[in-house]
Amino acid sequence: MEPAWVALGLSLKVAGWACLLNLILGVGTGFALARFRFPGRDLLDAMLTLPMVLPPTVLGYYLLVLIGRRGPIGAWLYEHFGIHLVFTLTGAIIAATIVSFPLVFKSARAAFETVEPQLEKAARVLGVSETAVFFRVSLPMAWRGILAGLLLAFARALGEFGATLMVAGSIQGQTQTLSIAVYEAVQAGQDRTANLLVAIVSITCVVVLVTVGRLSPARTAH
Amino acid sequence: MLELDIRKSLRTRERHFELELQFSTSARRIVVFGPSGAGKSLTLQAIAGLLRPDRGHIVLCERRLFDSGAGIDASPREREVGYLFQDYALFPHLTVRQNIGFGLTRSLLNPRRSRRDPRVERWLAALGIAELADNYPWQLSGGQRQRTALARALVREPRALLLDEPFAALDPMLRERMRDELDALQRRLDIPMVLVTHDPADIERFGDATLEITVRQSAPRVHHAGGTGSHAAIAAGEGAGLAEQR
Repeated sequence: MEPAWVALGLSLKVAGWACLLNLILGVGTGFALARFRFPGRDLLDAMLTLPMVLPPTVLGYYLLVLIGRRGPIGAWLYEHFGIHLVFTLTGAIIAATIVSFPLVFKSARAAFETVEPQLEKAARVLGVSETAVFFRVSLPMAWRGILAGLLLAFARALGEFGATLMVAGSIQGQTQTLSIAVYEAVQAGQDRTANLLVAIVSITCVVVLVTVGRLSPARTAH
Repeated sequence: MLELDIRKSLRTRERHFELELQFSTSARRIVVFGPSGAGKSLTLQAIAGLLRPDRGHIVLCERRLFDSGAGIDASPREREVGYLFQDYALFPHLTVRQNIGFGLTRSLLNPRRSRRDPRVERWLAALGIAELADNYPWQLSGGQRQRTALARALVREPRALLLDEPFAALDPMLRERMRDELDALQRRLDIPMVLVTHDPADIERFGDATLEITVRQSAPRVHHAGGTGSHAAIAAGEGAGLAEQR
C-alpha cells in the first residue's frame, strides 16, 4: 500500500510547484496581455493557450526536443550547471507547469480585464505608484478569478499524465506520480492499489471543483 | 489659475475625434460646459495627467504640468490634484474609511480596516459620514458615495479640485443639496476648482469663468472664443456668469 502514498506525495509536490510557478508566470502574462496593446498580441495569446489544446504527447515531445540532453536548453543547462532534466522530478514539474499554465493565464487575463480602468486611474490621481496600483487595486479586484484558475491548474497538474510520462518517465518513488501509478497498477493487475489511487484522485478533484464553484458566484454577491 | 492650450487627436474604429482647446483664466471656480461627447471629460483628464495631449501646454495654479515644447509631462501622482469621477470610482474592496485614506500612504498595501488616521477621521466628521466609515461602497446611497469620494480627494490637500459631472448621478432633490454642500465646502477651503457639466444650473452656481465646448461639423472641435474665429466656441472672462455664445 505504501507506494500509493509515495505517488500521492510526488503528485502533490509536482502540482504544488506547478501552481507556485504559474502564480508568478500566469498572473504576470495575464496582466500584461490584459493591459498592454502590442502587435502580435492575439498570436501570443494563442501560442500561450496551445498547451491546453495540444495532445499531451505532442507537448511531451516538444519538451524532450527542447530540454533533452541534445536539445538547445537541455544541452546548455548540462554544459554549464550539469543539470539533467529528463527522467527527473524537475522535468515532471516543468511538464505539469506548462500543461496547466493556460488555465492560470486565461483566468488571470479575464479577471484583470473586468477591473474598471477608472479605478486604476483614480488610484493614480491619488498619488500612488504603478506598482502600488497593481497590488492595491488591480490584484485585489482580480484575485478571485485568479484563485479559481490556480485551483483548476492544481487539479490539472495533479492529473497530468502524457507529457509527464514522456519527459519524466515512471520511476517508482522518484517520478511516478499518482496518475502514472494508476496506469501501472492497472497494467500489473493490482486492482486494490488502482482502486485506492483512483479514489484519492477523484476526491481531490471534486474538492477542488466545489471550491472553484464557491469562488466564482461570490463575485456577484456584492 | 488655469491656462490651457491643447490639441489631441483620438482615433477609434468608429470616429475621428479632434480636441482643440485654448483657454486662460484667473478665476478660481471654472465650469467646463458642453454636450456629451464634446470632450469635456477628456479635458479634465488632460489636466489630471490621465490623458496626454499631442501638443500644447497646461498650467494650473502657476505650475506648468504639461508643455510639449519644453518636454514637461508631470505624471498624475505629481500633479497633486483632487479628481472626482463621474461615478465616483470608489474602490469596492475597501471600506469608506480605507477609501478616504487610500492616497495617504505610499506603501504597497492598502491601509488596514482598523487603522485610524486623524486626517481621515476629520474628513469623515466634516462630511457627516462618520457612521458609515466601516461600510463598503455598495452599501452607500448616491449622496454618501459622493461625500466619500470628495473626502478621498480632499484629504490629500490637493492644489485644485477637478469634478467630472459631480451631480449627474444624483436624483434632482439630492442634486440641489449636494450643490449647496459643494458650494459651501469650496468657499470654506478656498480651493480652486474645475467642474465639468452639461447642466446649465452648474454654470450659474459655479461658473466664475465658463469654458464652453461645442461639437463642430463632423469632427467635434473646440476653440477659445476670445472674439476671434468663426468657429469659436466660447470662453468667459472673470465673473462672467453664463457664456455669451451658445
